[in-house]
Amino acid sequence: MVELLQDKDRIFTNLYGLQDWRLEGAKKRGAWLGTKEILEEGRDWIIDNMKASGLRGRGGAGFPTGLKWSFMPKEVTNRPHYLVVNADESEPGTCKDREMLRHDPHLLIEGCLVASFAMQAHKCYIYLRGEYVQERNRLQAAIDEAYKAGLVGKNACGSGWDFDIYMHHGAGAYICGEETALLESLEGKKGQPRLKPPFPANSGLYGCPTTVNNVESIAVVPTILRRGATWFKSFGRENNAGTKVYCISGHVNKPCNVEEALSIPMKTLIEEYAGGVRGGWDNLKCVIPGGSSVPLLPKEICDTVLMDFDALREVQSGLGTAGMIVMDNSTDVVAAIARLSYFYKHESCGQCTPCREGTGWMWRVMERMVRGEAETSEIDMLLAVTKQVEGHTICALGDAAAWPIQGLIRHFRHEIEDRIDNYRAGKPVFVSTNIAAE
Amino acid sequence: MTDLRKVNIDGTEIEVPADYTVMQACESAGAEIPRFCYHERLSIAGNCRMCLVEWVGAPKPQASCALQVKDLRPNRDGTPANIRTDSEVVKKAREGVMEFLLINHPLDCPICDQAGECDLQDQSMGYGSGTSRYDEHKRAVDDKFMGPLVKTVMTRCIQCTRCVRFITEVAGVEEIGLVSRGEDAEITTYLEKSLTSEMSGNVIDLCPVGALTSKPYEFNARPWELEATESIDVMDAVGSNIRVDSRGGRVMRVLPIINDDINEEWISDKTRFIWDGLGRQRLDKPYIRKDGKLVAVTWGEALDLAASKLKADPETIGAVAGDLADSESMKALKDLMDALGVKNMDCRQDGSPLGNGPRQEYLMNTTIAGIEEADALLIVGANVRHEAPLVNTRIRKSWIYSELEIAMVGEAYDLTYDYDHIGESAVELEALLKSTKGFAKKLKAAKNPMILIGQGALNRKDGLQILRLCGEIAKKYNMVREGWNGFNVLHTAASRVAGLDMDFLPKNDGLDFTGILDGAKNGTIKTVFSLGADEIAPNAFGDAFVIYLGSHGDQGAHRADLILPAAAYTEKDALWVNTEGRVQMGRMAVPPKGEAKADWAIIRALSSKCDRTLPYNNIEELRTKLFADYPTFAGVNVAPGAEGATDFDPSKLGKTGKVNKAPLRSPIADFYFTNPIARASTVMAECSAVANENMINEAAE
Repeated sequence: MVELLQDKDRIFTNLYGLQDWRLEGAKKRGAWLGTKEILEEGRDWIIDNMKASGLRGRGGAGFPTGLKWSFMPKEVTNRPHYLVVNADESEPGTCKDREMLRHDPHLLIEGCLVASFAMQAHKCYIYLRGEYVQERNRLQAAIDEAYKAGLVGKNACGSGWDFDIYMHHGAGAYICGEETALLESLEGKKGQPRLKPPFPANSGLYGCPTTVNNVESIAVVPTILRRGATWFKSFGRENNAGTKVYCISGHVNKPCNVEEALSIPMKTLIEEYAGGVRGGWDNLKCVIPGGSSVPLLPKEICDTVLMDFDALREVQSGLGTAGMIVMDNSTDVVAAIARLSYFYKHESCGQCTPCREGTGWMWRVMERMVRGEAETSEIDMLLAVTKQVEGHTICALGDAAAWPIQGLIRHFRHEIEDRIDNYRAGKPVFVSTNIAAE
Repeated sequence: MTDLRKVNIDGTEIEVPADYTVMQACESAGAEIPRFCYHERLSIAGNCRMCLVEWVGAPKPQASCALQVKDLRPNRDGTPANIRTDSEVVKKAREGVMEFLLINHPLDCPICDQAGECDLQDQSMGYGSGTSRYDEHKRAVDDKFMGPLVKTVMTRCIQCTRCVRFITEVAGVEEIGLVSRGEDAEITTYLEKSLTSEMSGNVIDLCPVGALTSKPYEFNARPWELEATESIDVMDAVGSNIRVDSRGGRVMRVLPIINDDINEEWISDKTRFIWDGLGRQRLDKPYIRKDGKLVAVTWGEALDLAASKLKADPETIGAVAGDLADSESMKALKDLMDALGVKNMDCRQDGSPLGNGPRQEYLMNTTIAGIEEADALLIVGANVRHEAPLVNTRIRKSWIYSELEIAMVGEAYDLTYDYDHIGESAVELEALLKSTKGFAKKLKAAKNPMILIGQGALNRKDGLQILRLCGEIAKKYNMVREGWNGFNVLHTAASRVAGLDMDFLPKNDGLDFTGILDGAKNGTIKTVFSLGADEIAPNAFGDAFVIYLGSHGDQGAHRADLILPAAAYTEKDALWVNTEGRVQMGRMAVPPKGEAKADWAIIRALSSKCDRTLPYNNIEELRTKLFADYPTFAGVNVAPGAEGATDFDPSKLGKTGKVNKAPLRSPIADFYFTNPIARASTVMAECSAVANENMINEAAE
C-alpha cells in the first residue's frame, strides 16, 4: 500500500478554501514567515536551493525551475529583469491554479517576491486568465493587503529590495498561456507565440530578460525554502521530486483537486481521493493524465502507471499540468477527442501553417470518424497529418492538437474501425458498452 | 573582425558570420531553401514553416529563416553542427507544409494573374507531393478592399504576412493586419479603406501567391508573354531601377529591379502604375496651329516651320527644358541653340536658383544609401514622402534601425517617421544657426549630420538666401568634410541634374526662365522652344510662337503653335542623372507612338533644316560628344558622394540677405499628378481622387 501524503507535508493548506484566504489567515498557515531572512540568504542561495529541490515547472513542460532561473543574466544591465507569472490556466481538465489564486493568493505573492529577488527583477506581472473574475478580485485584494502591510512595494518585507507586482487580466485566449504569446499579449499585442530563440531569459517582455513561470511553480517556492530542499526532494522518485496539485475530473465519484506527492500510482490517486471511478475501477475506459494536450491512456496502463513526468513519458503520454480527465466505459471516446480537436482548431492562433491548416483538417476528419463516415485508410492518413503538424510549428499548440488524436489511434483504433464498419452496415455507429452505475 | 562560425551543411563544412541565419548559411553552401514568409528586407516572421531544415540531434526540424548560426550548438564531440537540407526529414517536412498550404488554396491558377510567377506554384512543383489527401470543403475568404491599385483574392492567401510587415515596417502606415485566429485568420485593411501609402504597390510583388495582384493590370497579360527591358524611372529624381514589361509594342507593367544604392527592392506607386498614361493623350503626329486649331501635318512641314522660326534673331528666341527631358535631347537642343547663337535657355521651369556653382551645390551628396550612415538629419522645405518616396523610405529605415534624429523646417507633413518640427519658415534656420539647444545640440553632437533641402525652399524669391543659410548650417555643424558630405539638395525633376550638369542655363547675359516668360509676355521673345516643359501656365508665353517637343498632349501641347511628337521615357535609350548625380542608362522597351521619333533625332533633323547640322548621326556619336564636353556623364552608375568634399565650402553658396517669413511649402501639391504622363493616366487620377477623399475624411474627423 502506498503511503499517502500527510497534511503536515502539504504546501497548499487552504486548497479547499475552508480557512481565511486573507493575509491574517495566510500568516497563520505559515505564509510570509521569515521571508526577509530568505531574501537575506542571497540570490545564489535561493537559486541553488531551488535547483537542489528538484522542482520541475508545474505548467506542463516540466523544465527544472532552478535551472530556468539561472539562465537569467547575472548582472542587470540597462535592461530591467522581469518575472512573469503565467496564471492563464486554460488547459481543459486543469483547475489547480485557480484554487491557489482563490484560496492561497499570499503564497503566490510571496513566491513572486522571492523569485523576483532571485532573478533581480523589481517588477513582476501576473497574467491572469480572462475568465477568472473572482480570482482576479481575490488576488488583487491580496496584493493590496501585501502592499499595505509592507510585504511588497518599496523595501519589501524590510529587505531593502523594491518590488512591484502587477496583475494583468487576459481576454481568455488559450494561446496566451504559451509563454511568448503571453508576453506579446502583455505588451498589448495580438497573442501570437514568438520564435525561439531568442528565449525570454534573453529577450522577453519588452525585449528584456524575463522568466515566465506557472503559478504553482512560484507558489511552492517560499515553502520549499522554508522547509528545505531535502524535504521537498523526499517526495516522489528521482528526477520527479516534490508534491503536486492534481486535478481529477470526469467520471469519478468525487472530482477534486488534491496535493499529493509525485510518482503516486494513478489508481491510488483516483481511488483514494476522487472516490474511485464511477461504477468501479473495472468500468474505467481511459484517462487523459495531464490536461487535454497529452495522449490518453487506456485502463491497462492506468492500472499501474505512476503519476510523474518520466513514468508518463515512458507510456507515450505526459504529466502536463496533472489535470486528469477520467473516462469510464460509457464514454464515446472518439467524440471526446473530436471535441478536443475542435478546441484546438478554435484556439490555434493562425500564425504558422501546419497548425492553422492542420487543426481544421484534423477536426473535420475526426468529426466524420465520430459519425463513421470515413474510409478505414483515413485513420492512417489522419495519423500522418498529426505527425505532419507535430514538431513543425512555432509553439507547442500544434503538438497539443496532434497528441490526443495520436493517443486515440494508438489505443482505440478498433473503435474507429468499428464505427466505420457499422456506418457502412447501416447499424448505429456507437453503443455505449457499459451503462454507468448511477 | 566578423565573428565566423563553422557549420556543416549537407556534409560540406563552411565558415559563415555568426549572425547569419541558417538559411543564409545554407544558401552560401549552395543549398536552396524554399520559403514564403521570409523576405530579406522585412522582419522575420518564421510562420510559413516552408524553410524547415534538419539540425542533426535536435528533436524537431528547425525554421532556417529564424535560427541564427550563433545559436547552433556544436555536436557533442566538438565538430560543427550538422544541418541537413536534403534528408528524408526535410523532404517530409516540406511536403507536409506544402500540403497544408494547398489544402485551403483554391488552385485556380488558370484564372490567376500570379500564375507563371507564383512562388506557391513553383515551390509546389519543386517540393510538393503532387497529390492531395484533403477531402473536406475548402475555406473561402471574403475579398478585401485595398484601394484602386491592389486587387485582392483573399481565398488564395497563405497568411505569410509579408504585406503586413511591409506596410508596417517599410511603408510606415499600419493599414494591413492579420485579424482573427486559427483557420479564420485573415489579412485585412480593417475598415475596408484604401491604402494611403504611395508605396502600396510593392505588396503586389511581395505577395508570394495571387492574393494581392495589380488591379490595373488585371487579366492583361501572362508573364511569359512579356518582354522585359531594364530601364530607369523618371517620375521623380531618384532614378529608381525598373523593369518595363511590354507586349506587342505596348508597356504592360512596370516592376522594380533591385538596386541597393537607390531603390532597394521597392518602387513608388507612381512609378509602378504610370504605364496606362503611356497609352493615352499621346502626340503621334506633328501638328501646326492654323486659325487657332491644331492641324496634323507632315514632319517636313513641321520642321520647315520650326526652322523658319528659329532662324530669326537669336535674341528673340528662348529654350526651356522640362522635367522629363533626357540628357541626349537636352544636349542636342543646347548644341543647336549654341549654334544658332541663342543665349536664353533654362532647364529650371520651376524657377529654381541652383546652378552655375560647384556640382556639390545641387546634388544629394550624402547619397541615398548614405542616409543609413547619418545620425542627424535636417529637412528644409521638403515633403520627402511625395517628392521622393524612396528617399523617404530610406530615411524611415535609418530612423528605425539606426535611430536617426530628424528635424524639419517647413510645412509639417506626415512623413511616416517622427521629427522635431522646428518651424515653418526659413527664419527658423537663422535661429538654428545661433542656437545651442534643441536640435542644434543634436546636430552638434552628431557624427554624420546631414541637411536635405527641398525645392520648396529654393524656388522662391529668397531661395538663394535660404541656400546660403543652409550652407552656413552645413558648415557650422561640420556636415562637409573629408569622407562625408552631408549637404544635400533633393530634386523632383528627373531631368534637372543632367540639365545643370551640362549648363542648360542662360549663357552670359541670356535670359533665365523667368526672363524668357517676361520676354514672351512683353514681346521681346518671339519664339520659345519647349522641350517637354509642361508645368507652365498656358498663358505664361504671351503671344510668342511656341514649339513644343514632347510625348503627351498636356498643358505644353495645348499652348503650342507647333508640336513635334517625341518619345516617352520607355520609348528611347537615354541617360538620366538622378538627384545624387548618378548617371544611369534607360533603355527603349517599346517604339515611339505613331510618327513620333526619339527627341534628340528630331532636334538633329531640325538642325539640318536650320543649316546648323549637329555633328552627330547616331546616339553613340551624340554621347561621345556629351562625354567629351561634360565628363561627369561618362561615369555611369556612380554617385560622386563625398568626392571632392574637402574643396567644397557650402557657406559660400547663394547670397546673404534677409529671408521672408512665408512658410516653406513643398512644390508637389498632388503626388499623383506631377508630370504629363501621370496626368494622362486614369489610374493616377483614381489614386488622386482617393487620396483627396482620404484627406477630406481625415480633416472631417
